[in-house]
Amino acid sequence: MAAPVVALEAVEVDYAKRGRALGPFSLSIAPGEIVALVGPSGCGKSTALRLLAGLEQPTRGTVTRTVGQGETSVVFQAPTLAPWMTAVANVALPLELSGTAKKAARDRAAQALARVGLAGAEEARPAQLSGGMAMRASLARALVTEPRLLLLDEPFAALDEITRRSLADDVLKLWRETRPAIVFVTHNVEEAAYMAARVAVMTRGPGRIAGDIAVGGHLPRLIGFRATPEFREAAEAVSDLLLKGSEMAA
Amino acid sequence: MNRVLDILAPFALIALLLAGWEIACKVTGVPAYFLPAPSDVARALATDTMSLLQAAWNTLSVALISLIIASVVAQGIALLVGLSPLMDRAVRPLASVLQVTPVVAIAPLVLIWAGIDHPERAIIALAVLVAFFPIFSGAVTGLKAADPDLERLFDLYGASRLQRVLRLRLPSAVPFLLEGHKVAAGLAVIGAVVAEFGAGSGGVRGLAWRILDAGNKLQTARMIAALVVLGLMGVVLHALLERAERIGLAWWRGR
Repeated sequence: MAAPVVALEAVEVDYAKRGRALGPFSLSIAPGEIVALVGPSGCGKSTALRLLAGLEQPTRGTVTRTVGQGETSVVFQAPTLAPWMTAVANVALPLELSGTAKKAARDRAAQALARVGLAGAEEARPAQLSGGMAMRASLARALVTEPRLLLLDEPFAALDEITRRSLADDVLKLWRETRPAIVFVTHNVEEAAYMAARVAVMTRGPGRIAGDIAVGGHLPRLIGFRATPEFREAAEAVSDLLLKGSEMAA
Repeated sequence: MNRVLDILAPFALIALLLAGWEIACKVTGVPAYFLPAPSDVARALATDTMSLLQAAWNTLSVALISLIIASVVAQGIALLVGLSPLMDRAVRPLASVLQVTPVVAIAPLVLIWAGIDHPERAIIALAVLVAFFPIFSGAVTGLKAADPDLERLFDLYGASRLQRVLRLRLPSAVPFLLEGHKVAAGLAVIGAVVAEFGAGSGGVRGLAWRILDAGNKLQTARMIAALVVLGLMGVVLHALLERAERIGLAWWRGR
């Protein structure tokens, strides 16, 4: 098995005022793997994601990252687009920050927008985009650098069910092109079982790993996957673990 | 119909009050130096139109110059403060002292420093002092108001300090800066008028000087005429600034 792109080993995070937020917690992500991180709210999912991104350091334990700077992308809960910039400028921002010439950056950004289905919306401002479109633009911004590690922090939580499902399929389709490792945080069991090849379930905060569930089946998902026994068994197993996890902590 | 009424209502009230005032003056025969009738004020306005407009421009131009100076200085200092928490600590208390000290209390000192021959410099300096704070505090708040997730994004892609300021913090501060400038512009006019009163002499012949001058001569109608012009100037300025802020925000937001 290839060396993990990022691994957390027995990490703990203590915050000055809130006390222990996470851990001890271990998680290892292989190249090209899709992992869902599921847990009750307040269990430290987002903290774990920030550790994986290298945006935060653990109080104890080690974080090993083999991805370099600029090879990690994060999609946040909200689209977090800069309102004063056009869509294409927003998407080009990561490239421009790391020194790509403006013209080349804009060209690649336009291509990235086209890949997420936003061709023609280059000059639109975020305020002119719908919630789903803004999330797509945010996804394009994350993909434009062709990251090896893509982190998503409850990216579809604010969207309606239909938009959510189509975005989930789109993420998987995009994954097929460059195969980055994907870690996404969610509290939606079905979404986790649908999108991920492996679901890591966390206990109530401070979160630990309650268990790992492998989800079989083809990725990207084939039509009707939600009706297969594989999907339903995985979702059931995740639900069980979640329940046990909250009892464990209680 | 209702909209017409809405628009007419304030004018109707003004007309009513003016009529009451006019009648009261005529009936009681109160002397004009004590309370001139609106018609006397209107006559003063008509005969002095040109010189009143000149005076209004004098006051307004001082306020605008002050606003520009305050804007440059306040934003410059705010940038320094935004870049260094230590500077923030150092500057904050002084800025607060400046804000709570009434401009009339500082006026005599500034007048001495500016020199007897240059009251206009003192007036500009005082108006700058008044206009400084809203822009400064807006800029400081705005520079810290960037979306924390966008800040994280800048961390993630290894943005330099300069990139962060130019491409994130400053643009994020725009709505706060617009608001700050709107408030500051109004305050600059007030500051200019108050400072003119402080200066007292005819060094700068603005609206405040007109009020003082007419008051010294007991030409009450001319005092009120200058006040009317001052009020109108304030209303127009406020409306223009509101509009400028709205347009600026729409441009920033792209909608």
